[in-house]
Amino acid sequence: MARTAVSRRLGGGPLRWRAARLTDRRIESEAARTLVFEVPGWPGHVAGQHLDVRLTAEDGYSTQRSYSVASAAEDENVELTVQRVSDGEVSPYLLDDLALGDLVELRGPVGGWFVWRPEQTEPVLLVGGGSGLVPLMAMVRTRRAVGSRTPFRLVYSVRSPEYQLFASELRRGDPGLDKTYVYTRSAPPESPRPPGRVTASDLSSAGWPPDFEPTCYVCGSTGFVEKAAGLLVALGHHPGRIRTERFGPSG
Amino acid sequence: MTLTPDFLDGNAAAGDLESVFGTDMTVATGRCRGCGQRMSLAQTRAYLRGPGIVLRCPGCESVLLRLVRSADQMWLDTGGLDYLRIPAPQ
Ligand SMILES: Cc1cc2nc3c(=O)[nH]c(=O)nc-3n(C[C@H](O)[C@H](O)[C@H](O)COP(=O)(O)OP(=O)(O)OC[C@H]3O[C@@H](n4cnc5c(N)ncnc54)[C@H](O)[C@@H]3O)c2cc1C
Ligand SMILES: [Zn+2]
Repeated sequence: MARTAVSRRLGGGPLRWRAARLTDRRIESEAARTLVFEVPGWPGHVAGQHLDVRLTAEDGYSTQRSYSVASAAEDENVELTVQRVSDGEVSPYLLDDLALGDLVELRGPVGGWFVWRPEQTEPVLLVGGGSGLVPLMAMVRTRRAVGSRTPFRLVYSVRSPEYQLFASELRRGDPGLDKTYVYTRSAPPESPRPPGRVTASDLSSAGWPPDFEPTCYVCGSTGFVEKAAGLLVALGHHPGRIRTERFGPSG
Repeated sequence: MTLTPDFLDGNAAAGDLESVFGTDMTVATGRCRGCGQRMSLAQTRAYLRGPGIVLRCPGCESVLLRLVRSADQMWLDTGGLDYLRIPAPQ
């Protein structure tokens, strides 16, 4: 049922703003919260897609931002995981001021490029930096929800353990999903690797050899994506198999 | 200190483009008039902080597409592209 709804949305049904009600808020990390929205008429999404959130003030000023859908494609509610940008306009508002029961406007889901569909059978490399894990997590959750055996490898670069998203869910483990954490500022004592930015050797030891022809999904701040996608190309991955989603300078 | 680049992927313009074209434009493909590179619009560099949408070629940085919207008009300039192949709505 969800599937026919999804194909309707991707097939060019009208894109319009819908009212969405905040029904729950969960703490994910030091700086991030998951917001659960009830969206009547939500047509369903494909893992990796995002939506636009529009906020309108009483004086008519309005602003919009994009957020990835964090939930599995099968989910009825729409979950967003938003990380605070401390001098930001929208993210602190969503985290601190939006109250349960409040409405925002959502438009989407959109984008048919940065997506993973269960029909894909090639190995997958997910490379996420900070909040860039969010759309990749939707792929992991969708893989789990449909019982897919497509091999996934995840390389997650994060400042420190306190900033790690979805930590306990990922710790529970999924068969066929290998995880590697790259801590950039401070690593837990048991971490095999000293803190530092992602390197070519992180991506070659934790990723797939290029001749396995994996699809690589790279998401995070613009700086992180530039770096990681450049390393993948240098390691021999074909640029056409590297899909990127840049969140912005500090996203 | 290195300056963080201020662009996003064309993918980030999906909502605005779809609201204008009525179909997902991020998987539409085009060829850059400047350097001949072929790509989907999701693979372009998107500058979205200005008054409209500007998509640039990841290969040569030339402007591929500009879309500016006023209250009652939309201006679309795709002069940087040889062609744009858009999937037909199903
Ligand atoms: C496709 C997509 C999906 C995203 N998904 C998520 C997600 O799942 N979770 C999440 O937490 N965030 C996500 N983001 C980032 C999100 O859209 C916002 O950029 C983020 O929440 C910061 O917004 P803000 O209003 O708080 O900060 P802003 O007020 O927008 O900016 C704060 C500071 O950062 C700078 N800045 C931020 N973004 C840009 C930019 N694009 N260009 C230039 N300067 C910028 C500003 O100049 C300012 O100094 C996504 C972005 C995109 C494009
Ligand atoms: Zn070009």
